Parts: sequence; C-alpha cells; structure tokens
Amino acid sequence: MDCTGEKEAEANAPSVVDRYYTRWYRADMKGKPCEDHCILQHSNRICVVTLAHTHPILQDGRTIKSINYQISNGCSRLKNKVSGKSKRGGQFLTDYAPLCRITCTDETEYTIYSCIRGRLLEVNESILETPSLLLEKPSTEGYIAVILPKFEESKSITENLLSRDQFDSLVSKRTLPQTQPS
Amino acid sequence: MLSLKDKDKPIIQKLLSAGCCSRCVLRFCCVSVQAAYRRPHQHTLQALKAFISDTDNSKPKETVASGCEQENNKSHDVAGPELPEDPPVKRAKLEPGAAVGPSEEEAAAGGGMKDEESRVCVVCLGILQDLCGTAQAAKIAEAVKTEKYEFDTLVLSVSLPAQLCVREHSCWLHVKGELRQKSIAVDKDDVIQVKEAFKWIMQGLVSKELGGVGVVTRSPFEVGVEFTHPETDADCHFLASTCPDCFKPTKNKQSVFTRMAVVKALEKISEPKFLQRYPCPPAQPTSSCIPQDIQCLHVSVFVAGRYNKFCRSLPQTPWLIDGERRMESSVEELIAAPILSAFRADGFNFSSSGREDVDVRTLGNGRPFAMELLNPHRSRLSKVEMKQLQEAINASSEKIRVRDLQIVTRDAMSRMKEGEEEKTKSYTALIWTQKPIQREDITFIDDIKDLTLDQKTPLRVLHRRALAVRQRVIHSMTTRYLDSHHFHLGLKTQAGTYIKEFVHGDFGRTKPNLCDLLKTDTDILELDVESVDVDWPPSIPE
Ligand SMILES: [Zn+2]
Repeated sequence: MDCTGEKEAEANAPSVVDRYYTRWYRADMKGKPCEDHCILQHSNRICVVTLAHTHPILQDGRTIKSINYQISNGCSRLKNKVSGKSKRGGQFLTDYAPLCRITCTDETEYTIYSCIRGRLLEVNESILETPSLLLEKPSTEGYIAVILPKFEESKSITENLLSRDQFDSLVSKRTLPQTQPS
Repeated sequence: MLSLKDKDKPIIQKLLSAGCCSRCVLRFCCVSVQAAYRRPHQHTLQALKAFISDTDNSKPKETVASGCEQENNKSHDVAGPELPEDPPVKRAKLEPGAAVGPSEEEAAAGGGMKDEESRVCVVCLGILQDLCGTAQAAKIAEAVKTEKYEFDTLVLSVSLPAQLCVREHSCWLHVKGELRQKSIAVDKDDVIQVKEAFKWIMQGLVSKELGGVGVVTRSPFEVGVEFTHPETDADCHFLASTCPDCFKPTKNKQSVFTRMAVVKALEKISEPKFLQRYPCPPAQPTSSCIPQDIQCLHVSVFVAGRYNKFCRSLPQTPWLIDGERRMESSVEELIAAPILSAFRADGFNFSSSGREDVDVRTLGNGRPFAMELLNPHRSRLSKVEMKQLQEAINASSEKIRVRDLQIVTRDAMSRMKEGEEEKTKSYTALIWTQKPIQREDITFIDDIKDLTLDQKTPLRVLHRRALAVRQRVIHSMTTRYLDSHHFHLGLKTQAGTYIKEFVHGDFGRTKPNLCDLLKTDTDILELDVESVDVDWPPSIPE
C-alpha cells in the first residue's frame, strides 16, 4: 500500500533543487549591474552559493579563463577546513565576504560574494578542474560554495535577499532600459 | 568471635551513653549474626543494659551473647526464627503485634526506659529504630502491589542521607580506642553498615508481606527505600572547606554532598582536623529520618524484530521541525504503542539497523529493529503472547508490518549494530532521465560490478553530520526499462551508501553518479529498500 498515491508527474517534475531548496537572490551585487547571485537554501538551513542565470559570466557565450579562491594574499578559501559535527574551524563569512574571482577569456573579472552570514563548509574544487561546469550547470555542479548559517540566523539571513518572484520581476523590468540605446 | 565479651562492656557503655541505639551498638561491636538485629530493638537495649550492669564474667553467655552464639552455631538462615532465649512472656506479647509496627514498640515499652527508647539514635538517625519494622515493610509491600509488578524476586536498595557517614565516622573515632583493645584486627570496615543491618531486618518482613516472595541480593526488580534528614543536612558542610576537590558541582545532582563525595572527603580528612570541626560523639537529633516514597524499578526488557514500512509519508521516528511536529505518526510509535502497553513499560528506546527516509518504503523481509523497554511492570511474555502482540501491531496500522517479534537479551542487541557497515542492502529506485532513452541505452548498467563511489556527506544531512568523503561500493545494478524517460534501477550496495545522491549527484558531490553514467540529468522519483541483509534477530517461522 502506498499512501501518497502513484507516480509523480512526468518530464517536467520538479528538479532536485526545486524540491528541497528555496531560491534567494541578490541582484546587482555591490552596485555592479547584473552581477546577480543565487542562494539555494535547503530546508535544513544549509546554503549553496551559485551564479544567478542572469550573471554576466553566463551571457554572450563567454569562456572562463581562471577561477581563483585565493581572495587575498593571506586568505584562500581552498584552505578552509571543517571538522566534526559542529564544523569547527570553518571560516566565518559575512554578506560581502568574497568567495572567489572569476576571469573570463575576454579579461573581464568578477568577484563572487557570500551574500549571507555563516560558516564556510566547502568550496567547489571541481570547477577549478572543469571551469565549463560553471557555464553548463551553474545551479548544480557549477556551484561556488556551501555555507552553514548560524541556527538562530537561519531565517533572518534571507531577509535582505530577493525571493524568486521579486527577482523575476526585477529582471523583466531590467531588459527594457538595457535594450534602449543610451 | 561475635559474642559480646567483657571487653565489649566499655564499648557498649560508651556507645549507649553517647546516644546510640541498641542495633548501632551491635554494629559497632561487629556482631554479624543477622538474627540479633531482628529482635525488637527495645529488647536488645534491655539485654545490653543488663549485660553491662552485670559484673559477673560468666553471666553474659545467658543474655545477649549466648543467644548470638547459639544462633551462629545453628545457622545463618536469613528468615530464621526469633532468638530462642527470649523469655516466653515477651514472645507471647510480641507475636500478636508482629504484623503492625507500632504495637511492637508498645509491647516493649513497659520496661521503664521510655526516655532512652524514644531518643533518636545519634548515628542511624532512627533508621534502625522505628523506621525498621513491620510498618515500614507493609508500606514497601503496598507500593509494590499498587504498581502491579509481575516478579519472582526483589532486591531492596537503601538510600541513606550522606551525613550518616559523617556521624558514623564520628562515632567510630569515639570508640576506636576501645575497639582496638578488643581485637587488634578491628577496622572501620569491620563495623556492620547501617544499610546491611537494615536489610537483614527488613528482607524477611517484606517477603512475608508479599506472601513469601524472595527478597534477595540480586534481582531484576529493585525496590528502593530512601531516607532524608533535613535537620542534620548541615553536618556535611564543613567537609567542603577541608576537601574542596571532593565537592565539585555536577549537572545532574541537586547537592554536591553526595554519599560518594562525603565518603571520599572523610577518607582524606585527618583525625585531629575532623575532631576539631565536628562533635564526637555526634550531637543528639530531635527527629527521625523522613522515609521518602518507595521507588520501584524493573530492569529493562529488550524486544527485537523486523519491520516493513509501506508508506511514503511516514518517518521512522517522530519528525520535529522548530519543535513542531510534522507527520502525525512514525514507525517507532506505531510499533511501540502496543508493546509498551503489553509490557506496561514507562518508556522505550528504539534502534534499528540503519534507517530509511520518510518517503522510502522498506519491503521484503524488513529492517531489523530493537527496543529497550524501560521499567516494564510485566517482563515475561510467552511465545504465544509475543505472537499475539505482533498480530496486534499489524492489525493496528496498514502503514507498517512487523515480523520475528521476540524478547532478546541486552547483549544480543549489539549484534544488530556490529558489522552493520559490511552488510549489504538492496534497493529499487524509480529513475527519471532528462533525455529520452531507448531500451538499449541503459543495458550497460547491468554489467557494472563493484563500482566504488566517493560520496561527500550529502547536503541534506550535512547540518548534523561531519563533512567527509566516504568510499562506498555498489556491488551490482539491474535495470528494467519503463518508458522513454523512466526505468527501474535495482541496486545491491554496501550499507551506508546514499542512493538518492548516487542518482542525482548531489551537486556533483557524489562521484561517479548516475548522471555521469547516463550522460544526462537523472532524478530519483521513488525508492524502496528491498532487503537489509542482517541475520539478526533470528527469524521465527510463521
Ligand atoms: Zn542507631
């Protein structure tokens, strides 16, 4: 006996991200047009930082030249280590903590930020080996980092972010002035 | 060696004038004949007084001491009769009153020693006086009967106020010199403990009240008697300044002055220092100890079996988010409710060989589980009754089913957990593919053997588990094509493999994953556990 009923919907069934994560956005990061970030928050409060599909890196058939998690001389996100269930030792990040710098082959450089307060659990080393993952699967295998917000802040950290609807409406308004010659 | 000899006279004299009760006198004289303690304490007091006032050296053998010797030569029977040397008149008085405590005291009250008798003992604080008799035994028996426990034997446990140790120590120092004269071998450990004497007196009485049930030294059923004495609680306090290390606050204890800590502090304190800080002999209390409620506790019973879970919206254990309950039931609650009522237990601890997610079914022979039943009032069910219990569980819900339900030992339970990692588990998953597939596109999966995965701790459990990369092996897989976007995937894996993450890849954190193998996004729509290959508990033929 199966009490939830039969098979779920077909080909357009919600994806893993849709099923377990809530999407939050920060638009025009640090005032830079269209440098939008997308935060996927799992129901267990864990957050995955990704590029929003509108981010300039994902436009105009760009190619990535390099990804650098060394954000300053003294600090590399690659050196982040957490241990135990309590994730001791992880770097603590604030909203505007840089996570990495991405340089495209056209020499444009972008900084990706944490967007939320929390403890850095891991960065995605796969994109160092295969930068194309970032372009092909920006919201799954091309993620930037995993962050664990403080338990007591797990609700409040998204207060400054945009919901999916808010972001979509912002993006739809954005296209008008951009297509107009300035 | 147990007989009271002339050398005991000064000890007895000193103890009585210090305010000790007659049973405490016996204790300090190291009398180890149990029956000596069972006589009414007033009688013993009279006998002791007669003994010390008698200057004739040959006489004692006819009073207290001789009785003890006879008893000793005869037997050490715990439930032995009253001392035979009691005068017939007194015995006659005693017997009708034996069932009720107070009349026992009344019976002996005519001796003209009322003042001394009513004085609370400075060492045992009344525990070996009026708190030790048929009235107390009746109270204990009543508590046991009220809770309707089923048991063959019981063990009495006694919890005494910690200051009793301080008083005992003070009294020991008071008569140490005399005791050492009596025999060079006498040590503080040779003194009979209050607890011991209390049990010698009470065991037989409680047994009688409960219709002859064995009151023994080891039993799964423990009946706890506790005494407190607020009036003298401050007795221990000076030890905190002499031995601060012994009294460190702990989370669970209400007071730092536990019996253990006090005993330790008394071992450390020097004799002059003790005598400086505490009266010797101890001061006279005005009231007796207060008996607390009787606490009954039966050791846990363990029950094991296997369960099926047929529902995709049933968590294994109650599911709480922010303190609020999600889903109205759980596997453990459905199984536990009928078992708890059959064993009339106070609570339970549930464990199982792994667990499935809320939306996963467990089919086949089911998943081994075990439950510890806390304080069961009933501890033995026959095989037939266990079978009926299993049927009752199965009739109570269609969401689960239980088999092989049986009573097991605590040790056997560990068999379920040991080797859990090496065991294999079989699953069936319903897979969705983003790209359309043909039958032949998936057949290669059937040929993959012992595929080793590197699994990072899945994001969905990362909030409560450590981050690590674990290697897990998928021993074999089978595919059953359904349509251009769906197929059934059978998997036989090492225990601890995360199947959902193998299928969708978990942001590429499980490598390789099914998306890699099929070169398209894949997702898992349904998951069933087909078997958990743990050969415990033993199966029970239907
Ligand atoms: Zn006493």
